[in-house]
This record gives sequence, structure tokens and C-alpha cells, in this order.
Amino acid sequence: MSTPAAAPPTVINFTVDGRQLSAPPGTLLIDACKRAGIEIPAFCYYEGYSLQAACRMCLVEVEKMPKLQTACTLPVMEGMIVRSETEQLTKARKGTLEFLLTNHPLDCPVCDKGGECELQDMVFRYGAGESRFTEMKNHEPERQWSPVVFYDPARCILCYRCVRACNEGMGVGALGITNRGVLSEIAPNGGDHLDCDECGACIDICPVGALTSNTYRYKTRPWEMQHVGTVCTHCSNGCKTTLGVRNDEIMRGNNRDRSGINGEFLCVKGRYGFDFNAHEERLTSPMIRINGKLEEVSWSKALGFVAEKFKSVSAAGGKFGVVAGTHLTNEELFYLQKFSRAGLKSSNIDHVRSGDFVTLLDAVSGNLTSLATADDLYNTKAALVIGADLSQQHPFLAFQLRADVRHHKAKIFTVTPGPVREAKYSAASVVVPEGQEFDALNNLTEQLKGEKELVILFGDSIKGQRVRDLVAWAGTLGIPVKYVCLVDYSNSRGAMDMGVMPNLLPGYEADPHPGMSVKQMLASDALDVLWVVGENPLRETKLASKNAFVVAHSMFLDETASTADVVFPSASAYEKNGTVTNVTGQVQRLKAAVRTMGTKTDLEILGLIAKEMGMAVEIGVWSHDVVFKEIHKSVRGYNVPLPILITGGAAVTNPVNGRVAVDVLVDEIRSAGDTLFTSGSLGRYSKLLTSVPEFPGALYKR
Amino acid sequence: MTFTPETEKRLQDIWSRYPAGRKRSAVIPMLMYAQDELGMVTQELIAEVAQRCEVSPLQVEEVVGYYSMLNKQKMGKHHVQVCTNIACLLMGGEELWQHTTKRLGIGHKQITADGLISLEEVECAGACSWAPCVVDGYEYHHHMTIEKLDQLLDSIQKKVQ
Repeated sequence: MSTPAAAPPTVINFTVDGRQLSAPPGTLLIDACKRAGIEIPAFCYYEGYSLQAACRMCLVEVEKMPKLQTACTLPVMEGMIVRSETEQLTKARKGTLEFLLTNHPLDCPVCDKGGECELQDMVFRYGAGESRFTEMKNHEPERQWSPVVFYDPARCILCYRCVRACNEGMGVGALGITNRGVLSEIAPNGGDHLDCDECGACIDICPVGALTSNTYRYKTRPWEMQHVGTVCTHCSNGCKTTLGVRNDEIMRGNNRDRSGINGEFLCVKGRYGFDFNAHEERLTSPMIRINGKLEEVSWSKALGFVAEKFKSVSAAGGKFGVVAGTHLTNEELFYLQKFSRAGLKSSNIDHVRSGDFVTLLDAVSGNLTSLATADDLYNTKAALVIGADLSQQHPFLAFQLRADVRHHKAKIFTVTPGPVREAKYSAASVVVPEGQEFDALNNLTEQLKGEKELVILFGDSIKGQRVRDLVAWAGTLGIPVKYVCLVDYSNSRGAMDMGVMPNLLPGYEADPHPGMSVKQMLASDALDVLWVVGENPLRETKLASKNAFVVAHSMFLDETASTADVVFPSASAYEKNGTVTNVTGQVQRLKAAVRTMGTKTDLEILGLIAKEMGMAVEIGVWSHDVVFKEIHKSVRGYNVPLPILITGGAAVTNPVNGRVAVDVLVDEIRSAGDTLFTSGSLGRYSKLLTSVPEFPGALYKR
Repeated sequence: MTFTPETEKRLQDIWSRYPAGRKRSAVIPMLMYAQDELGMVTQELIAEVAQRCEVSPLQVEEVVGYYSMLNKQKMGKHHVQVCTNIACLLMGGEELWQHTTKRLGIGHKQITADGLISLEEVECAGACSWAPCVVDGYEYHHHMTIEKLDQLLDSIQKKVQ
């Protein structure tokens, strides 16, 4: 009888500090220990990036191995017996720290990192308090590489984390190491400056205070801040950003606790683009146009004035038009459409559309697994990007794909109107003139048929019939396909889900009395009231109706607010509670981090107008949790598990299954084409975004 | 960037030494050979090598910064390296170095006014068995004495006259 060949083990058993542990084969010892709650100190090792083995901090004792081993490069092996804290190891780590401190200045009292510095923590733990090194420290002056990044070479411990984060994580490769030995230092790609995404990932990943950000440096101590996890309000990717807040002021944004779908990833907008919140042009008082001039009035006067006007127009059977912003919360959008439909008896409600998700839903109806989540982008074996400069427009989705390529050898295909960063690591990259993306897909058909699965991400050049064609074409590939319909802003998807569309009710039910779209409202000369909530539709278009009464909720006196008859100063997304839905249909909670005196959230403004009009009972309580309860109960797809939301996670909305039989106004779907450094009307009020040399950036350049 | 046909051929030949798809392997030899022709590593050269080897200019900069034999300053027609590491030091390397600097009137990593000779004090040229050693370009001179060194420098300077 022959014995069958032993199957490769699926689990490896080993011992660390007397504890029996197990992990899948190939797991690095440092990771396996971390999962078991055993911390092995390391500066250079960073989960998800390539191994460096430069710092010598993670040394452990392994039985039968003569020398100390680096846990960051050692895969677990069957029967391995490891000790992670012994006298010998303490001595070794202490020695390493003593070496690091030969050149590292002890300026912790003024260093930004003081209090959350990994080197400080390790010296505290191992107590390398005395140094045998009495020579002069090699001190180089601090340098500013960009409006965001400062580098202090003396503090740098050369762990290469920033280099790898920039190279591998961001795909930019703006950082390198120059010189040798004691003279080594990090060098930027522009000689004396950075030419990059300005994402600040290098700053956040720095274990010491060598890389610091201009927005945060020397402003506060880490322990003086409250840390509020909320969702970035710029693009549609829905990255969690943890705002460091002190005295009602946002000091910084990062996500070091890796909560949220994005882990630690943030782009320049999520990390630094919060400064619009404290912009000096922020509106803080309601205004009414009196004798042609906007004048500040009290809240009660402005609310009463608007309510009276709405009531009289409504009584006279006048025409309302409501334009909702794509940065509002789901609760606000739901409440607003209810206000419009039930209160004002008008379905003239819309948002500025940037992707044809509606047609996609209709085209894939009957297939419950056809919408990709952010996780799918990291796990898929192949992805196809059509007509979008992902690294510029959807930085987190691009980051997921890069990680997928690094960790899972995924194949990326791009069909774009210009060269994109993804081309560098793609299996095939096709450049075609705008509008011809769909026709170019045929070149890839054969290649894609050989893949096991595919996620298709498509931009605004695929809309209407094209979406159906795309789904039909993907059907011919004979492999499982999932889709992401790319949209522009933090709650563009939520606006559609919440029925902020003239022909669709919440949950994509057809509206029996369809109303006017944004374009139609602006072009209609019979409009009596234009109510703009957190949007800037008059940025490029003029309102056709001369006598329309314009009400605007706005943070700034933009093109729309400055022509309005009444302006309500609204709170920003960082001052709101509620939920938003990202481009991949994942709902996350917004948490109010700060307050700006004089402003109110849009939900509160809506509720107060309803109350003034005597319709509060009909439209409902304007508290975000009450409105969410209603959304959760009544909107298709939103009966998501609440524990996920409450604990700050991202709940995937259930796919809406079934036909969405409405006409889609294809002409109104157009992406604003924001780059990493622009963010619609909002981006103009972020001084940081407009100050980086890369501003405004261009799509399809890299 | 254009090189002389000989250099160009040398640069092209490098590829054959490495497996296909490993273009970046050629960064160091390419820089070396090009430096021989140009007398230094220029920014233009860095960009050229980066493009040829399909890496970023910064990655080439990293290599140039790391290796002391790649010079971003102009080198002399003859780059004379005097070893003062332990074996050579014991055999009189330090005296050789002192003599050379005095005779030429230049120091470490400096170049004579006529651009003929540049000088570098190096750590181990790998010829300890024949110490002390002086390297002129790629040419090794073993068991050096001050007399032999003078002859060498004479011959370099004479060639020009």
C-alpha cells in the first residue's frame, strides 16, 4: 500500500514565550505574534509593505538557531520555539536604541511626535537612557520640501517606511535615500522639493518626528486633542479620517488606528483638506436680500421669511425646484426629498449627477452579487478601469488596486483617454480618445476571458445605453464580473439612494409624478422658488427664471449663495452627525468633530423651516437618528446591520434587485473631473489644496 | 543624450549580461562607463540612465549618492586614488597621500587648475597584498614609493606637454 503524498500543511504550530500559537504557512513571525497579542518592537517593519530588515529592533531568540533572528523576515515554522522577551534581547534592543540615539536629537519636548513617538516609546521601555557616545552629533538643518512636508534629517532613523509607503502604497516614488552611512538621508525627487501627491502618507508612517506636516507642526501636543473618527467629505471613496480636535479647532486629520475601509490610507484632501472649515469667509449668520443687498438677520427672521414665502408659493400652486448637495448626509437628503415631495408636493428635486448608477442597477438586475465593495478591489484577481484617472479622481480605489497587485498579483487593465499611473503596473493599458473607451474594449476581450473574475470600474463616459452594452459585453466574458460606477463626491451615491432624483423615490422606486432635473429647473422660466441645499448649481449656469426666489444653504458666499434671496449658513460635514454612502455603496457614520458658531446643520435648518410652515408632524422629527431609523426601515438596501455602523464600521448596503424602469437623462451625467487637488466648489476654500505646487493638477498626465 | 560610438556600444552591450526584463541591473555599469566619457555624473546623465533602465531619476540618484566612485563633481583626466586604509597605511600610504597633496597642491576630491588630475583618498582599493597602492583611473600601481609615485605623476603631466 503506497502512502499518499502529504498535503502541504494549512496551519503551522509554534511556541512563543511558552504560549502555543498557530498561523497559516508563510506568516511572518512578527505578524503571528501581533495577532496573538505579543508585541515585537520594530521600526522598519510595516504591515503591507516590502520587508526592509533595517532596524534590528525585532530580534527574537529561536531555539536551535545560533543567532538572534529578525522576526520581521522569519516565517513561522512547525515546532519553532521562540522567546520574545529575554535578558539577551533586552540588551540587544537597548544596544540598537543606543545606536539610534547617537545621532537622534533629544528634542522630544518640542517635537511634534513627542507623546506618540515609537522611538520614544521604545527608549521608555528598554531604557537606553545613557549613551557611551560622546562625539558630536551630525546635525543637518531642517528642510521644507513642499507646503505640506518638512524633513528633519537629524531625527530620521532611516527605517525606509516613507520610501516604501510612497513607492509601493502610493505608486509615486517621490522619496529615496541618498548618501551612505552616517550621512544617509531621505531625498525628495525634485532635488530640493517634492513633486508628488502631497498625500502626507510619509509623515504619518514616520515612526519618529523626522517628517512633519506644515499644518500641524508646533501647534499642539497629541494628548491635548480629542480624536473624532468621521468620514472625509471630499471625494466619493468614503475614507475614514480621524480628526484631531482641540478647542473646537481641527488640528489634523489622519487614520492611524486603521479604522474604516481605508485603513491608514488618506490622500491630501482627507489628511489636510479640512481647513475650509475654519476659512475666514465661512458664513456664520443667515442673510436676507434687502434692497438688493444681502444683510445679516437673525435665524428666526430668516426661517420665518422663508417659511412664509414657501407657504404662499405653495398655496398659489407655484413651482418649486430643489437642488441638493452631494456632500449632505443621507438623513438630510432623505428629509429634504420628503420635504419636497410630501411638504411642497413637488418632485422637482435633484442633485448634480456624476455617474450613471441608475442604469447600472437596471442592467444588472437579477444579479445580487454584481456590485463591488472596497474590499473586492483589494481581493479581485483582475480589474478593468474604464475612462477614469483613478489615482487622481478616486485615490483610495487606486490604492486598493495597487495593494491588490502587490499582495495578490492582480491584473489591472485600463482603457482611458490618457496615460494613467495604473499603466505602470497594469497587464494592459489602452489609450483612446475620450468617448471611444467602450469600442476599445474589444481589444481586451480575449485577454479578459482568461481571467478568473473581474471588477469593472467605469467613469462618466459610460452612461445610458453604453452601460447596458458594457454589461452585455461583460456577460460574454464568461467570468464573474462586479461593477463600480464611479461618482464624484462624498455622498453622490447617497443622493441617488435617498431618491434625490426627479423620477426616483428612495430605494430606486419610480416616482409616479416625475419632476424636473437640475438642468430643467435652471432652464425653466416658470420656476418660482429655487431651493439650493449645499450645492453650487449657478457656478457656471445662469438661472433662467428672473423672478425665482432663491434660497441657499451654504458654507460660503459662492456663485449661488451670492445671488440668493436668503442664505442660511450651514454646518460642514465635519460638524454633522449622520451617515454617508460611498462610491462602493458602503454606509458610514459621520461624527461631529467641531462646531462653528452661528451655523446649523442642514437637517436642523430643514426641520426648522418645516416647523415654521407647520408641517413638522408630517415630515417628521429632524434628528439624525430618528431619520436614519426611517431610512433603515423604509429605503431599499438600507436595512444594514446596525452594530457595524454604531462601531464606526462601513456597512455594505444590500444591492437593490429588480428593474429600475426610468428614463435616465444621460446629458446631465458629467463628472466634474476633480483631481487630487480640487474638490468642486468646496476645494476652493481649502488654502492647503490650492497652495501645493501641483494644484490644480491634471487628469491623465502620469 | 549622445555618447561616442565606443561608449554607446559599451552601454548597449551591458544588457546582454543580465536576464531579460532586468534593465535596472545596468544602472551602475552604465553610470561608470558614461562617467568615464563625461568625467562626472551630470543631471542629464542621471535622467538618461533612468530612462534607459526604466527606473525613476531618484532611484539613480540614490545609487550615485551611495557609491563614492560615482562623482557628481568634475573629475580630472586622471583620477588618482591613494589608499590610506590599514594595510596601505602601515606600508606608508599616509606618506604617499601627504606627498601627493603637497606636490599637486590639492586635497581630497579636488582637481588641479588645469583639470588634469583629481585626487581622492580612498578606503581600501582591494590590493592589500601589494600595499601600498595607488590607482590611476582603472590602473593599479602596487608597492608604491614616493619615487614611483613621482614618476607616475611626471608621466601623466608629461603626456600633456
